[in-house]
Amino acid sequence: MAKRLSLFAAAVRLVAGKDLRLEARTRVGLAQVLPFAVLVLVVMAFALDAESELLVRVSPGLFWVTVTFAAILMVGRSAALEIEPGVGDALRLSGVSPSALYLGKTIAVALQLLVLEAVLVVAIAILYRTPLAGWILGAATLLTATAGIAALGTLLAALASSARGRESLIPLLMLPVLAPVLIGATRATDAALGTSDGRQGWPWVALLAVFALSYVTLGALAYRPLMEDS
Amino acid sequence: MAAYHGAPMAPVVQLSSAVALLGRFPVLAGIDLEVDAGEVVLLQGPNGAGKTSLLRVCAGLVRVVEGNARVLGSDLAADPSIVRRRVGYLGHGSGLYADLSIAENLRFWARSATPGSGHPDAEIAEVAQRLGLGGRLDALSVSRLSEGQRKRAALAVLVLRRPELWLLDEPHAGLDRAGRDLVDELIAGAVVAGATVMMSSHELDRARLVAHRLVTVAGGVVTDDRPARRG
Repeated sequence: MAKRLSLFAAAVRLVAGKDLRLEARTRVGLAQVLPFAVLVLVVMAFALDAESELLVRVSPGLFWVTVTFAAILMVGRSAALEIEPGVGDALRLSGVSPSALYLGKTIAVALQLLVLEAVLVVAIAILYRTPLAGWILGAATLLTATAGIAALGTLLAALASSARGRESLIPLLMLPVLAPVLIGATRATDAALGTSDGRQGWPWVALLAVFALSYVTLGALAYRPLMEDS
Repeated sequence: MAAYHGAPMAPVVQLSSAVALLGRFPVLAGIDLEVDAGEVVLLQGPNGAGKTSLLRVCAGLVRVVEGNARVLGSDLAADPSIVRRRVGYLGHGSGLYADLSIAENLRFWARSATPGSGHPDAEIAEVAQRLGLGGRLDALSVSRLSEGQRKRAALAVLVLRRPELWLLDEPHAGLDRAGRDLVDELIAGAVVAGATVMMSSHELDRARLVAHRLVTVAGGVVTDDRPARRG
């Protein structure tokens, strides 16, 4: 059992390492997704005028909507890596189990999202003058919500990857299903920033953790039939 | 792989009235074929005859919906995935990540065959060298390679996986003369190492030289099966 787990963990590391290496080579996340996300925040600031109180109040929601937009691009890119000619066949013939492939890809997306979120937190503090407080609750929110977004996004992007017009299909699938995560993450961030009672944040974090765990389990189970159908 | 050491073994490939579908179209329409261990079988036939589908069925990539299909002792009709780790399939796509270097691709695919155990870098470098991919090419991303170099890289992955059954779809296509000679050497080496080879090729004069058997496929069935006249 321990040996099987260790082999599984090695396969997950192998896939996550490969996806992160591909990102390091192409820098799509750094050169395109990150500037896009910062631009969304800037445009929102213009749209809401420089009404600083309103910006602070809505900044948790704007933050997570921006993260979701960026995540849609990231998971689309992550799924596209596996549809290069012959790669799907090669993966099915490899010794990497579909669950390990799914988890590896989810971890790679989550790590990239966390880096992006760190930059966005700083951007929000500067652009919206949102006071950064409640670090522990904030970090827990980032971790659990990101895990949920990455887990669900990776699964849905794989589902859409063999369809025509997958670029528009991914947001169509992701946005409605991610709504509970967005609501939970926004409420928990609200609490972390002190715009609502801080104690109210932790139940939302617990709910986000439940969502993340459910999505990861669902993805690990559903990835095999998805790979077979691709 | 032990067929070469004495005791007779069950055929490596055993297809009996096997039917496989692509959508609703029967790409294999009740095919019968047996391939023994250590054989090199050349599949010939016109485009759309079912050669690629036959290779993909043997790789466990296409499901058999009717009839019997056993590859390396595993029942493909029950679960096509169980045979996949033991076969090597060279298809029309290279199966390489365009933005990774050759070395990174080889490392990933070699390690993915046996997660946890890993292939030593020295072995990967040696295979790359043998396939004419050493030196500078080692650091080049696959997107910058020619078609022939990509084919060589895909062959290097196959060599590193050490499959028991090699399934080669047009292995000579896109290669220069030296590359085509290299393919023939690899096939001969695989057989010496105990593997079985099935390949399709339109370079019949060349492929006949390495094949033991010529199997003609048309309309998803075998229409002719004869020993190859070699040399």
